[in-house]
Amino acid sequence: MFDHGKIEKNIGLMLVLTMFTISIGGLVEIVPLFFIKGTVEDVKTPEGIKMVRPYSPLEQRGRDIYIREGCYLCHSQMIRPFRDEALRYGHYSLAAESQYDHPFQWGSKRTGPDLARAGKKYSNEWQVQHLIAPRSMVPESVMPNYPWLLTTPLDTSDVADRMAALRMTGVPYSANKAEYDNNVKEFGADVAKQLHIPDARKNLTEQAQSGNYDGDASNVTEMDALVAYLQVLGTMVDFSKLDNDSFVKFR
Amino acid sequence: MASVAIGSGEQYNYDVVRKFTIMALIWGAVGMLVGVFIASELAWPFLNFDIPYITFGRLRPVHTGAVIFGFGGSALFATSYYVVQRTCQARLLSDGMASFTFWGWQAIIVLAALGDVMGYTQGREYAEMEWPIDLLIAVVWVAYAIVYIGTVMKRKEPHIYVANWFYLAFILATALLHIFNNLAIPVSLTQSYPLFAGAQDAMTQWWYGHNAVGFFLTAAFLGMMYYFVPKQAGRPIYSYRLSIVHFWGLAFMYMWAGAHHLHWTAIPDWTSTLAATFSIMLLMPSWGGMINGIMTMSGAWDKLRTDPILRFMIVALSFYGMSTFEGPMMSLKDVNALSHYTDWTIGHVHSGALGWVAMISFGALYHLLPKLWDTKMYSIKLINAHFWLATIGTLLYITAMWISGIMQGLMWRAYDDFGNLQYSFAESVAAMHPYYAMRALGGLVFLAGMVLMLYNCFMTIRQAKSVAAGGLAASAA
Repeated sequence: MFDHGKIEKNIGLMLVLTMFTISIGGLVEIVPLFFIKGTVEDVKTPEGIKMVRPYSPLEQRGRDIYIREGCYLCHSQMIRPFRDEALRYGHYSLAAESQYDHPFQWGSKRTGPDLARAGKKYSNEWQVQHLIAPRSMVPESVMPNYPWLLTTPLDTSDVADRMAALRMTGVPYSANKAEYDNNVKEFGADVAKQLHIPDARKNLTEQAQSGNYDGDASNVTEMDALVAYLQVLGTMVDFSKLDNDSFVKFR
Repeated sequence: MASVAIGSGEQYNYDVVRKFTIMALIWGAVGMLVGVFIASELAWPFLNFDIPYITFGRLRPVHTGAVIFGFGGSALFATSYYVVQRTCQARLLSDGMASFTFWGWQAIIVLAALGDVMGYTQGREYAEMEWPIDLLIAVVWVAYAIVYIGTVMKRKEPHIYVANWFYLAFILATALLHIFNNLAIPVSLTQSYPLFAGAQDAMTQWWYGHNAVGFFLTAAFLGMMYYFVPKQAGRPIYSYRLSIVHFWGLAFMYMWAGAHHLHWTAIPDWTSTLAATFSIMLLMPSWGGMINGIMTMSGAWDKLRTDPILRFMIVALSFYGMSTFEGPMMSLKDVNALSHYTDWTIGHVHSGALGWVAMISFGALYHLLPKLWDTKMYSIKLINAHFWLATIGTLLYITAMWISGIMQGLMWRAYDDFGNLQYSFAESVAAMHPYYAMRALGGLVFLAGMVLMLYNCFMTIRQAKSVAAGGLAASAA
């Protein structure tokens, strides 16, 4: 009969066995996800261009603000494959759609609605007014007001550093000509331009001015960035161009 | 004067235990106060006052950080340092390092809270702290492991007592989870991006999140239970064999269960199925612990009539049993389809956090305090009042969240006669209001109990110090 006393009398043995025991679950469930190709779908247009792209500098700064304000604590970004969610929010979320999300923002709670496909559902004007005073648009809402977003200029000083850090994690922002050319092949020329780190601040300002997200083109505020981010959510994949059955094999 | 009577000449290092005990009480009150406030923000959103630093999104991590790491963490440091010394009959390996873990840990809690209100966050639940704080946590944790393991190695008893197995597993698992979940590329002192993205990041985060519950909030508190329940009941542990089986079962199975937080999301289905399977199996080692604790009361049940401390412990074990039944049930994919994203999850967390973690800590700390200051509790009546406030507060809280959670789940999937969605999302938000108010009330009642405890403990320490000073004065005269 096995004698557990041996383990109880030997701290080294106990530590080694405990460490072994607690390591297995993660090794089996998480590590393979980095190697199994089907974990993240490869979603391309019929022409072979990748539909899901990294965020533009302005969108990425908006995403930083989304995280800063803790939006993920009340809003999910993960639509489940149920009929009611399809009716309310749209097509269920693909893993590919958050493949450049560092960190993921799937959330765990819907005190407010899911935002995975919030992009383009409401006008910029609606988004701005709703962020300043949610109850003026949705009387039942319990969301805080975020008036300071409209008055706080966006800090763009370190946007290139941020993209460089994301590049180190594997996001295909380009730092040189070779990487830029590769992005042109994968994402098309328009997108590749936005992903070029040396042009980050110029691209950011241009997008804020042409998009005019906060209703004032003369300056770039945190509101510009956040609304730009909200407006892109869930809009990258054009499901009309894809065979719906192509995703079934991944689930 | 008092420091002469209870100073460094002791056989054991109680000084660091006393410090952690006091901070556990203070962080408990602070963390629960913030909890009541953010619960009220959800019921009455004007309470956000358009001030960035106190919006729900920024204060929620302050609440979770203060109660889990401030209150729970300090209670675990206090009890583990006490238990390891008593059961090994050895003084802590190093007073200096123990003291470093105290000041380091307190600095971490304060810095984390400041970072949260400033908006410096990694955006990962229960791991919001930015990388400099994460590094500090790693350093303090290594010091903790060295002190703890070093003390076990100095033991005079050949066997390592079961409470220490659980504390050791907690120390190892927390280190493992903390390191892998916080891998990030820094941009500046207050900003970084995690190494992983999307599906892999989600799996890593919930492996961490679920096992923070499994090892920080369960295994470690089981260690607490294995020392303080037999002590307070005056009975030996019910079954040695059961403690072996459920220890290894718990340590092995918990680590597989994290992906049940990601049912029906964009992770591969097999991970989700594995997680559900292990979650259901996890019921057995969980209930093994509960049964071992409750059956330790055999032959001492009459003490429940007179001893409110023991009552805290037995109710804690009951809530532990209930939560660990509810958890596996919610990990079933069909139940989860309804419960996920709703307040039911919040209710489940709090039946574990208030009912199990907080109550077993209250029991242990009420047992510990008179021993540390060599006196009696100031008032047993106040402990009894605290017991009832804590129990009623917990029940109010979880009942409110059960109702609102199931109601949300049902409203979101309700169809009208034409097959369209019956309710807009906003209607479901409006329907939650009475239950959010009820939840805030439940939290307030629980907080009132915590404040009573703070007062009772303060008076106990004050009376102990005056007795010690009086005694010395008398002997001098």
